[in-house]
Amino acid sequence: MTRFVLALQWSGRHSALDPAGPQAARIDSLWQFLWIVSAVVLAAVVAALLYASLHRRRHAEPEQAGAGTRTVVIGAVGLTVVILLVFLGLNFGTGRALTIPPDGAVQVRITGKQWWWEVTYPGNPPSYQVTTANELHVPVGEPVVVELGSSDVIHSFWPPDLVGKRDLIPGETASIWFQADRAGEYRAQCAEYCGHQHAKMALLIVAESRDSFDRWLARQRDSARTPADSLARRGQEVFLASSCVMCHTIRGTPAGSRIGPDLTHLASRRTIAAGTLPNTRGHLAGWILDPQRIKPGSRMPANPLAAGDLEALLAYLETLQ
Amino acid sequence: MTALLAASAACERETRRFHDEAQPPAAGGVRLTALEPGPATSSRALRHPYEDNAWAVSEGKRLYSQFNCAGCHAHGGGGMGPPLMDALWRYGAEPENVFASIAGGRPNGMPAFGTKVGATQIWQLAAYVRSMSGLVPKDVAPGRTDHMQVKAGEQAAPEAVPRNAAPEPPAP
Repeated sequence: MTRFVLALQWSGRHSALDPAGPQAARIDSLWQFLWIVSAVVLAAVVAALLYASLHRRRHAEPEQAGAGTRTVVIGAVGLTVVILLVFLGLNFGTGRALTIPPDGAVQVRITGKQWWWEVTYPGNPPSYQVTTANELHVPVGEPVVVELGSSDVIHSFWPPDLVGKRDLIPGETASIWFQADRAGEYRAQCAEYCGHQHAKMALLIVAESRDSFDRWLARQRDSARTPADSLARRGQEVFLASSCVMCHTIRGTPAGSRIGPDLTHLASRRTIAAGTLPNTRGHLAGWILDPQRIKPGSRMPANPLAAGDLEALLAYLETLQ
Repeated sequence: MTALLAASAACERETRRFHDEAQPPAAGGVRLTALEPGPATSSRALRHPYEDNAWAVSEGKRLYSQFNCAGCHAHGGGGMGPPLMDALWRYGAEPENVFASIAGGRPNGMPAFGTKVGATQIWQLAAYVRSMSGLVPKDVAPGRTDHMQVKAGEQAAPEAVPRNAAPEPPAP
Protein backbone atom coordinates (compact mmCIF):
# COMPACT_ATOMS: atom_id res chain seq x y z
CA MET A 1 0.00 0.00 0.00
CA THR A 2 0.99 3.58 -0.48
CA ARG A 3 3.61 4.50 2.04
CA PHE A 4 5.08 7.89 1.45
CA VAL A 5 7.21 8.79 4.39
CA LEU A 6 8.51 12.30 4.27
CA ALA A 7 12.25 12.42 4.59
CA LEU A 8 12.74 15.20 7.12
CA GLN A 9 16.35 15.34 8.13
CA TRP A 10 16.14 16.75 11.58
CA SER A 11 12.59 17.07 12.73
CA GLY A 12 11.24 13.55 12.80
CA ARG A 13 8.89 11.59 10.64
CA HIS A 14 5.51 12.92 9.65
CA SER A 15 3.13 10.46 8.03
CA ALA A 16 -0.38 9.28 8.80
CA LEU A 17 0.15 6.19 6.63
CA ASP A 18 2.86 4.56 8.70
CA PRO A 19 1.36 4.41 12.19
CA ALA A 20 3.69 4.10 15.18
CA GLY A 21 1.03 3.51 17.83
CA PRO A 22 -2.36 1.80 18.34
CA GLN A 23 -4.38 5.04 17.94
CA ALA A 24 -2.75 5.92 14.64
CA ALA A 25 -3.11 2.26 13.59
CA ARG A 26 -6.87 2.40 14.22
CA ILE A 27 -7.16 5.61 12.20
CA ASP A 28 -5.00 4.07 9.47
CA SER A 29 -7.06 0.86 9.24
CA LEU A 30 -10.31 2.86 9.22
CA TRP A 31 -8.89 4.98 6.42
CA GLN A 32 -7.73 1.92 4.46
CA PHE A 33 -11.19 0.35 4.77
CA LEU A 34 -12.98 3.56 3.75
CA TRP A 35 -10.83 4.06 0.72
CA ILE A 36 -10.98 0.45 -0.48
CA VAL A 37 -14.79 0.42 -0.21
CA SER A 38 -14.98 3.86 -1.87
CA ALA A 39 -12.73 2.62 -4.68
CA VAL A 40 -14.94 -0.44 -5.24
CA VAL A 41 -18.08 1.76 -5.28
CA LEU A 42 -16.44 4.18 -7.72
CA ALA A 43 -15.41 1.28 -9.98
CA ALA A 44 -18.97 -0.10 -9.90
CA VAL A 45 -20.49 3.30 -10.73
CA VAL A 46 -18.03 3.89 -13.58
CA ALA A 47 -18.71 0.36 -14.93
CA ALA A 48 -22.48 0.97 -14.82
CA LEU A 49 -22.06 4.31 -16.62
CA LEU A 50 -19.86 2.74 -19.29
CA TYR A 51 -22.35 -0.11 -19.76
CA ALA A 52 -25.24 2.34 -20.06
CA SER A 53 -23.47 4.59 -22.54
CA LEU A 54 -22.30 1.67 -24.73
CA HIS A 55 -25.75 0.01 -24.86
CA ARG A 56 -27.87 2.98 -25.87
CA ARG A 57 -31.38 2.38 -27.04
CA ARG A 58 -31.74 3.05 -30.78
CA HIS A 59 -35.15 4.78 -30.57
CA ALA A 60 -36.52 7.09 -27.96
CA GLU A 61 -39.17 5.10 -26.18
CA PRO A 62 -41.68 6.34 -23.67
CA GLU A 63 -40.12 6.26 -20.21
CA GLN A 64 -41.25 3.24 -18.28
CA ALA A 65 -39.49 1.71 -15.40
CA GLY A 66 -39.56 -2.01 -15.76
CA ALA A 67 -39.37 -4.38 -12.82
CA GLY A 68 -35.65 -4.92 -13.54
CA THR A 69 -34.81 -1.19 -13.36
CA ARG A 70 -36.76 -0.82 -10.13
CA THR A 71 -34.85 -3.69 -8.54
CA VAL A 72 -31.51 -2.16 -9.56
CA VAL A 73 -32.45 1.29 -8.20
CA ILE A 74 -33.77 -0.08 -4.89
CA GLY A 75 -30.73 -2.33 -4.58
CA ALA A 76 -28.28 0.52 -5.21
CA VAL A 77 -30.02 2.86 -2.76
CA GLY A 78 -30.19 0.13 -0.12
CA LEU A 79 -26.52 -0.77 -0.59
CA THR A 80 -25.51 2.92 -0.36
CA VAL A 81 -27.43 3.36 2.90
CA VAL A 82 -25.90 0.19 4.34
CA ILE A 83 -22.37 1.25 3.35
CA LEU A 84 -22.85 4.73 4.84
CA LEU A 85 -24.23 3.24 8.08
CA VAL A 86 -21.25 0.88 8.31
CA PHE A 87 -18.90 3.85 7.77
CA LEU A 88 -20.77 5.80 10.43
CA GLY A 89 -20.54 2.94 12.91
CA LEU A 90 -16.82 2.41 12.29
CA ASN A 91 -16.14 6.15 12.58
CA PHE A 92 -18.05 6.27 15.84
CA GLY A 93 -16.20 3.23 17.21
CA THR A 94 -12.81 4.67 16.25
CA GLY A 95 -13.73 8.02 17.79
CA ARG A 96 -14.71 6.37 21.07
CA ALA A 97 -11.58 4.25 21.18
CA LEU A 98 -9.48 7.37 20.71
CA THR A 99 -11.36 9.41 23.32
CA ILE A 100 -11.20 7.41 26.53
CA PRO A 101 -7.71 7.25 28.04
CA PRO A 102 -6.65 4.36 30.28
CA ASP A 103 -5.65 5.00 33.89
CA GLY A 104 -2.06 5.61 34.91
CA ALA A 105 -1.08 7.50 31.80
CA VAL A 106 1.81 9.98 31.64
CA GLN A 107 0.34 13.48 31.99
CA VAL A 108 1.63 16.39 29.90
CA ARG A 109 0.25 19.84 29.26
CA ILE A 110 0.83 21.61 25.95
CA THR A 111 0.03 25.28 25.45
CA GLY A 112 -0.04 26.62 21.92
CA LYS A 113 1.48 30.06 21.39
CA GLN A 114 2.12 32.11 18.29
CA TRP A 115 4.23 30.28 17.01
CA TRP A 116 5.65 27.66 19.32
CA TRP A 117 4.56 25.00 21.82
CA GLU A 118 5.06 25.18 25.56
CA VAL A 119 5.35 21.69 27.04
CA THR A 120 4.82 21.22 30.79
CA TYR A 121 5.16 18.03 32.83
CA PRO A 122 3.31 18.51 36.12
CA GLY A 123 5.35 17.51 39.16
CA ASN A 124 4.67 16.26 42.63
CA PRO A 125 5.90 18.21 44.61
CA PRO A 126 5.16 21.20 42.34
CA SER A 127 8.84 22.16 42.27
CA TYR A 128 9.35 19.04 40.14
CA GLN A 129 7.32 20.60 37.36
CA VAL A 130 9.25 20.68 34.10
CA THR A 131 8.70 23.33 31.44
CA THR A 132 10.28 23.05 28.03
CA ALA A 133 9.39 24.07 24.51
CA ASN A 134 8.82 22.50 21.13
CA GLU A 135 9.94 19.06 22.29
CA LEU A 136 7.75 16.38 23.86
CA HIS A 137 9.45 13.32 25.32
CA VAL A 138 7.34 10.21 25.95
CA PRO A 139 8.14 6.70 27.15
CA VAL A 140 7.63 3.94 24.57
CA GLY A 141 4.68 1.62 25.08
CA GLU A 142 2.95 3.76 27.72
CA PRO A 143 -0.20 5.81 27.22
CA VAL A 144 0.32 9.58 27.31
CA VAL A 145 -2.51 12.03 28.03
CA VAL A 146 -1.85 15.48 26.61
CA GLU A 147 -3.89 18.38 27.97
CA LEU A 148 -4.17 21.06 25.33
CA GLY A 149 -4.69 24.77 25.83
CA SER A 150 -3.88 27.97 24.00
CA SER A 151 -2.87 31.39 25.21
CA ASP A 152 -3.71 33.38 22.07
CA VAL A 153 -5.55 31.93 19.07
CA ILE A 154 -6.82 28.50 18.03
CA HIS A 155 -4.06 26.03 17.20
CA SER A 156 -4.30 22.32 16.47
CA PHE A 157 -2.06 19.51 17.69
CA TRP A 158 -1.42 16.92 15.00
CA PRO A 159 1.15 14.13 15.31
CA PRO A 160 0.05 11.98 12.34
CA ASP A 161 2.32 9.03 13.22
CA LEU A 162 0.68 8.71 16.63
CA VAL A 163 -2.90 10.00 16.61
CA GLY A 164 -5.29 12.42 14.86
CA LYS A 165 -5.80 16.13 15.38
CA ARG A 166 -7.17 18.02 18.37
CA ASP A 167 -7.72 21.77 18.50
CA LEU A 168 -6.19 24.00 21.18
CA ILE A 169 -8.82 26.61 22.01
CA PRO A 170 -8.10 29.68 24.17
CA GLY A 171 -9.96 29.45 27.47
CA GLU A 172 -10.74 25.75 27.05
CA THR A 173 -8.84 22.62 28.00
CA ALA A 174 -9.02 19.76 25.53
CA SER A 175 -7.22 16.48 25.89
CA ILE A 176 -5.96 13.77 23.62
CA TRP A 177 -4.06 10.57 24.33
CA PHE A 178 -1.75 8.36 22.39
CA GLN A 179 0.84 5.68 22.79
CA ALA A 180 4.07 5.31 20.84
CA ASP A 181 4.98 1.66 20.30
CA ARG A 182 8.17 2.31 18.38
CA ALA A 183 11.03 4.41 19.64
CA GLY A 184 11.92 7.28 17.37
CA GLU A 185 11.39 10.92 16.56
CA TYR A 186 8.04 12.04 15.25
CA ARG A 187 6.93 15.42 14.06
CA ALA A 188 3.74 17.16 15.14
CA GLN A 189 2.54 20.23 13.33
CA CYS A 190 0.01 22.97 14.02
CA ALA A 191 -2.95 22.03 11.84
CA GLU A 192 -5.18 25.09 12.30
CA TYR A 193 -4.14 28.29 10.59
CA CYS A 194 -2.95 30.56 13.39
CA GLY A 195 -1.25 33.49 11.71
CA HIS A 196 1.90 34.37 9.84
CA GLN A 197 4.18 31.57 10.96
CA HIS A 198 1.59 28.78 11.19
CA ALA A 199 3.69 26.62 8.85
CA LYS A 200 6.78 26.98 11.04
CA MET A 201 5.08 25.73 14.17
CA ALA A 202 6.27 22.16 14.60
CA LEU A 203 6.78 20.03 17.67
CA LEU A 204 9.26 17.19 17.92
CA ILE A 205 8.02 14.09 19.75
CA VAL A 206 10.81 11.87 21.05
CA ALA A 207 9.66 8.37 22.03
CA GLU A 208 12.31 6.62 24.11
CA SER A 209 12.66 3.84 26.66
CA ARG A 210 11.29 4.41 30.17
CA ASP A 211 14.83 4.65 31.55
CA SER A 212 16.06 7.33 29.22
CA PHE A 213 12.74 9.19 29.57
CA ASP A 214 13.17 9.26 33.36
CA ARG A 215 16.76 10.41 32.98
CA TRP A 216 15.68 13.16 30.60
CA LEU A 217 12.90 14.31 32.95
CA ALA A 218 15.25 14.35 35.96
CA ARG A 219 17.78 16.41 34.03
CA GLN A 220 15.10 18.87 32.93
CA ARG A 221 14.15 19.46 36.56
CA ASP A 222 17.57 20.90 37.37
CA SER A 223 18.13 24.62 37.39
CA ALA A 224 20.87 26.04 35.23
CA ARG A 225 24.25 26.21 36.92
CA THR A 226 26.46 29.26 36.79
CA PRO A 227 29.09 28.33 34.20
CA ALA A 228 32.68 27.85 35.31
CA ASP A 229 34.14 29.12 32.04
CA SER A 230 34.79 32.89 32.05
CA LEU A 231 33.49 33.45 28.49
CA ALA A 232 30.24 31.67 29.32
CA ARG A 233 29.99 33.64 32.55
CA ARG A 234 30.24 36.82 30.55
CA GLY A 235 27.55 35.39 28.26
CA GLN A 236 25.26 35.02 31.23
CA GLU A 237 25.82 38.69 32.04
CA VAL A 238 24.98 39.57 28.44
CA PHE A 239 21.79 37.50 28.69
CA LEU A 240 20.71 39.20 31.90
CA ALA A 241 21.61 42.71 30.74
CA SER A 242 20.07 42.66 27.25
CA SER A 243 16.62 42.20 25.82
CA CYS A 244 16.69 38.36 26.24
CA VAL A 245 15.63 38.69 29.85
CA MET A 246 12.42 40.55 28.96
CA CYS A 247 10.83 37.38 27.54
CA HIS A 248 12.79 34.26 28.53
CA THR A 249 13.25 32.19 31.67
CA ILE A 250 16.46 30.47 32.71
CA ARG A 251 15.78 28.79 36.04
CA GLY A 252 18.62 29.41 38.45
CA THR A 253 19.10 32.99 37.25
CA PRO A 254 16.98 36.12 37.83
CA ALA A 255 15.54 35.70 34.31
CA GLY A 256 11.96 34.64 34.87
CA SER A 257 9.74 36.08 32.17
CA ARG A 258 7.17 33.71 30.65
CA ILE A 259 6.56 35.38 27.29
CA GLY A 260 8.98 33.31 25.21
CA PRO A 261 10.18 29.70 25.54
CA ASP A 262 11.92 28.54 28.74
CA LEU A 263 15.63 28.31 27.90
CA THR A 264 16.86 26.48 31.03
CA HIS A 265 17.84 23.44 28.94
CA LEU A 266 18.04 25.03 25.51
CA ALA A 267 21.19 23.16 24.47
CA SER A 268 19.50 19.78 25.07
CA ARG A 269 16.87 20.48 22.42
CA ARG A 270 17.30 19.27 18.88
CA THR A 271 15.67 22.21 17.10
CA ILE A 272 15.13 25.93 17.60
CA ALA A 273 12.24 28.21 16.63
CA ALA A 274 9.60 25.44 16.81
CA GLY A 275 11.26 22.90 14.54
CA THR A 276 12.37 25.56 12.06
CA LEU A 277 16.13 25.04 12.33
CA PRO A 278 18.45 22.41 13.81
CA ASN A 279 19.94 23.58 17.07
CA THR A 280 23.50 24.42 16.06
CA ARG A 281 25.71 27.30 17.10
CA GLY A 282 25.49 28.96 13.68
CA HIS A 283 21.71 28.73 13.42
CA LEU A 284 21.35 29.99 16.98
CA ALA A 285 23.55 33.00 16.19
CA GLY A 286 21.51 33.81 13.07
CA TRP A 287 18.27 33.40 14.98
CA ILE A 288 19.34 35.67 17.86
CA LEU A 289 20.63 38.41 15.58
CA ASP A 290 17.71 38.50 13.21
CA PRO A 291 14.71 36.19 13.76
CA GLN A 292 12.64 38.24 11.31
CA ARG A 293 14.71 36.98 8.37
CA ILE A 294 14.10 33.36 9.36
CA LYS A 295 10.53 33.60 10.63
CA PRO A 296 9.02 36.95 9.53
CA GLY A 297 6.42 38.14 12.02
CA SER A 298 7.81 36.05 14.85
CA ARG A 299 7.42 37.70 18.25
CA MET A 300 11.17 37.69 18.85
CA PRO A 301 12.73 41.05 17.92
CA ALA A 302 16.10 41.48 16.24
CA ASN A 303 18.95 41.73 18.73
CA PRO A 304 21.85 43.69 17.31
CA LEU A 305 24.52 42.41 19.69
CA ALA A 306 28.18 43.28 19.39
CA ALA A 307 30.32 40.42 18.05
CA GLY A 308 32.07 39.80 21.37
CA ASP A 309 28.79 39.81 23.29
CA LEU A 310 27.21 37.38 20.82
CA GLU A 311 30.20 35.05 21.08
CA ALA A 312 29.92 35.04 24.87
CA LEU A 313 26.14 34.62 24.78
CA LEU A 314 26.42 31.61 22.44
CA ALA A 315 29.07 30.06 24.71
CA TYR A 316 26.68 30.51 27.64
CA LEU A 317 23.64 29.11 25.81
CA GLU A 318 25.67 26.03 24.87
CA THR A 319 26.22 25.29 28.55
CA LEU A 320 22.45 25.01 29.12
CA GLN A 321 22.39 21.24 28.74
CA MET B 1 -16.49 43.69 -13.92
CA THR B 2 -16.33 47.19 -12.41
CA ALA B 3 -17.61 45.77 -9.14
CA LEU B 4 -14.91 43.10 -9.24
CA LEU B 5 -12.22 45.70 -9.86
CA ALA B 6 -13.56 47.89 -7.07
CA ALA B 7 -13.71 44.88 -4.75
CA SER B 8 -10.14 43.85 -5.51
CA ALA B 9 -8.92 47.40 -4.92
CA ALA B 10 -10.64 47.34 -1.53
CA CYS B 11 -8.69 44.24 -0.57
CA GLU B 12 -5.32 45.94 -0.38
CA ARG B 13 -3.72 44.94 2.87
CA GLU B 14 -1.73 47.10 5.13
CA THR B 15 1.97 46.20 4.99
CA ARG B 16 3.47 44.65 8.07
CA ARG B 17 7.05 45.76 8.21
CA PHE B 18 8.78 42.95 10.07
CA HIS B 19 12.22 43.93 9.07
CA ASP B 20 12.98 47.58 9.25
CA GLU B 21 15.45 49.12 11.54
CA ALA B 22 13.43 51.60 13.53
CA GLN B 23 15.80 54.22 14.81
CA PRO B 24 15.61 55.92 18.15
CA PRO B 25 14.88 59.63 17.88
CA ALA B 26 17.90 61.89 17.66
CA ALA B 27 18.81 63.27 21.05
CA GLY B 28 17.38 66.72 21.63
CA GLY B 29 14.88 66.37 18.77
CA VAL B 30 12.01 67.61 20.87
CA ARG B 31 11.95 70.50 23.24
CA LEU B 32 10.31 70.06 26.59
CA THR B 33 10.50 73.76 27.34
CA ALA B 34 9.98 76.92 25.33
CA LEU B 35 13.05 78.46 26.91
CA GLU B 36 15.93 77.99 24.56
CA PRO B 37 18.97 80.03 23.69
CA GLY B 38 19.47 80.63 20.01
CA PRO B 39 17.00 79.96 17.18
CA ALA B 40 14.08 77.59 17.76
CA THR B 41 14.41 74.12 16.28
CA SER B 42 11.50 72.26 14.71
CA SER B 43 9.77 70.02 17.19
CA ARG B 44 8.40 67.77 14.46
CA ALA B 45 11.75 66.56 13.22
CA LEU B 46 10.92 62.89 13.28
CA ARG B 47 7.84 61.11 11.99
CA HIS B 48 6.59 58.20 14.05
CA PRO B 49 7.49 55.12 11.99
CA TYR B 50 4.49 53.02 12.99
CA GLU B 51 1.65 55.34 13.84
CA ASP B 52 -0.21 54.65 10.60
CA ASN B 53 0.05 50.90 11.01
CA ALA B 54 -2.72 49.00 12.80
CA TRP B 55 -0.61 45.87 13.18
CA ALA B 56 2.22 47.78 14.88
CA VAL B 57 -0.22 49.44 17.29
CA SER B 58 -1.75 46.08 18.19
CA GLU B 59 1.74 44.67 18.74
CA GLY B 60 2.31 47.60 21.07
CA LYS B 61 -0.85 46.65 22.91
CA ARG B 62 0.38 43.06 23.29
CA LEU B 63 3.77 44.24 24.58
CA TYR B 64 2.04 46.69 26.96
CA SER B 65 0.50 43.76 28.82
CA GLN B 66 3.42 41.33 28.37
CA PHE B 67 6.02 43.78 29.66
CA ASN B 68 3.68 44.56 32.57
CA CYS B 69 3.20 48.26 31.89
CA ALA B 70 -0.22 47.65 33.44
CA GLY B 71 1.54 46.90 36.74
CA CYS B 72 1.89 50.66 37.31
CA HIS B 73 -0.29 52.35 34.69
CA ALA B 74 -3.21 49.86 34.83
CA HIS B 75 -5.16 49.68 31.58
CA GLY B 76 -4.49 53.34 30.99
CA GLY B 77 -6.34 54.58 34.05
CA GLY B 78 -3.19 54.82 36.13
CA GLY B 79 -2.29 53.47 39.54
CA MET B 80 1.18 53.69 40.96
CA GLY B 81 2.09 55.42 37.69
CA PRO B 82 0.18 58.24 36.00
CA PRO B 83 -2.85 57.53 33.80
CA LEU B 84 -2.15 57.24 30.09
CA MET B 85 -5.64 57.62 28.66
CA ASP B 86 -6.23 61.24 29.63
CA ALA B 87 -5.19 64.39 27.84
CA LEU B 88 -2.51 65.33 30.33
CA TRP B 89 1.10 64.66 29.36
CA ARG B 90 3.82 65.43 31.88
CA TYR B 91 6.66 64.91 29.44
CA GLY B 92 5.04 65.72 26.13
CA ALA B 93 2.60 63.82 23.92
CA GLU B 94 4.81 63.77 20.80
CA PRO B 95 5.91 60.28 19.76
CA GLU B 96 9.55 61.17 20.38
CA ASN B 97 8.74 62.22 23.93
CA VAL B 98 6.83 59.03 24.63
CA PHE B 99 9.77 57.09 23.18
CA ALA B 100 12.15 59.02 25.43
CA SER B 101 9.98 58.33 28.49
CA ILE B 102 10.05 54.57 27.83
CA ALA B 103 13.69 54.35 26.76
CA GLY B 104 15.23 56.74 29.23
CA GLY B 105 12.83 56.56 32.13
CA ARG B 106 11.43 59.52 34.07
CA PRO B 107 11.82 60.73 37.63
CA ASN B 108 9.69 59.27 40.44
CA GLY B 109 9.71 55.68 39.36
CA MET B 110 9.51 55.16 35.59
CA PRO B 111 12.40 52.77 34.80
CA ALA B 112 14.56 53.13 31.69
CA PHE B 113 13.78 50.27 29.31
CA GLY B 114 16.14 51.41 26.56
CA THR B 115 18.80 48.77 27.22
CA LYS B 116 16.30 45.93 27.40
CA VAL B 117 13.69 46.75 24.75
CA GLY B 118 14.66 47.37 21.13
CA ALA B 119 13.77 50.54 19.23
CA THR B 120 11.14 48.77 17.11
CA GLN B 121 9.27 47.54 20.14
CA ILE B 122 9.52 50.91 21.92
CA TRP B 123 8.04 52.62 18.86
CA GLN B 124 5.21 50.07 18.87
CA LEU B 125 4.61 50.71 22.57
CA ALA B 126 4.71 54.47 22.02
CA ALA B 127 2.12 54.19 19.26
CA TYR B 128 -0.13 52.14 21.54
CA VAL B 129 0.29 54.55 24.46
CA ARG B 130 -0.75 57.41 22.19
CA SER B 131 -3.72 55.43 20.88
CA MET B 132 -5.12 55.28 24.41
CA SER B 133 -5.93 58.98 24.31
CA GLY B 134 -7.05 59.02 20.71
CA LEU B 135 -3.84 60.43 19.20
CA VAL B 136 -3.52 57.90 16.38
CA PRO B 137 -5.92 57.60 13.42
CA LYS B 138 -9.20 55.86 14.32
CA ASP B 139 -8.71 53.12 11.72
CA VAL B 140 -5.35 52.23 13.23
CA ALA B 141 -6.23 52.09 16.94
CA PRO B 142 -7.14 48.63 18.32
CA GLY B 143 -10.88 48.03 18.28
CA ARG B 144 -11.12 45.34 20.90
CA THR B 145 -9.21 43.41 23.51
CA ASP B 146 -8.51 39.69 23.33
CA HIS B 147 -9.27 39.30 27.02
CA MET B 148 -12.10 40.50 29.19
CA GLN B 149 -12.74 44.15 28.41
CA VAL B 150 -12.18 46.62 31.20
CA LYS B 151 -12.87 49.61 29.00
CA ALA B 152 -14.00 50.43 25.49
CA GLY B 153 -11.53 49.72 22.69
CA GLU B 154 -8.87 52.32 21.97
CA GLN B 155 -10.72 52.99 18.74
CA ALA B 156 -13.51 54.51 20.80
CA ALA B 157 -11.17 56.84 22.72
CA PRO B 158 -12.23 60.45 22.25
CA GLU B 159 -9.66 62.49 20.42
CA ALA B 160 -8.02 64.41 23.21
CA VAL B 161 -6.19 67.68 22.78
CA PRO B 162 -2.93 66.93 24.55
CA ARG B 163 -2.06 69.35 27.32
CA ASN B 164 1.41 69.47 28.68
CA ALA B 165 1.72 69.65 32.40
CA ALA B 166 4.65 70.09 34.68
CA PRO B 167 5.37 67.03 36.81
CA GLU B 168 3.94 67.30 40.28
CA PRO B 169 6.49 68.37 42.82
CA PRO B 170 7.49 65.52 45.10
CA ALA B 171 5.50 65.37 48.29
CA PRO B 172 7.19 67.24 51.13
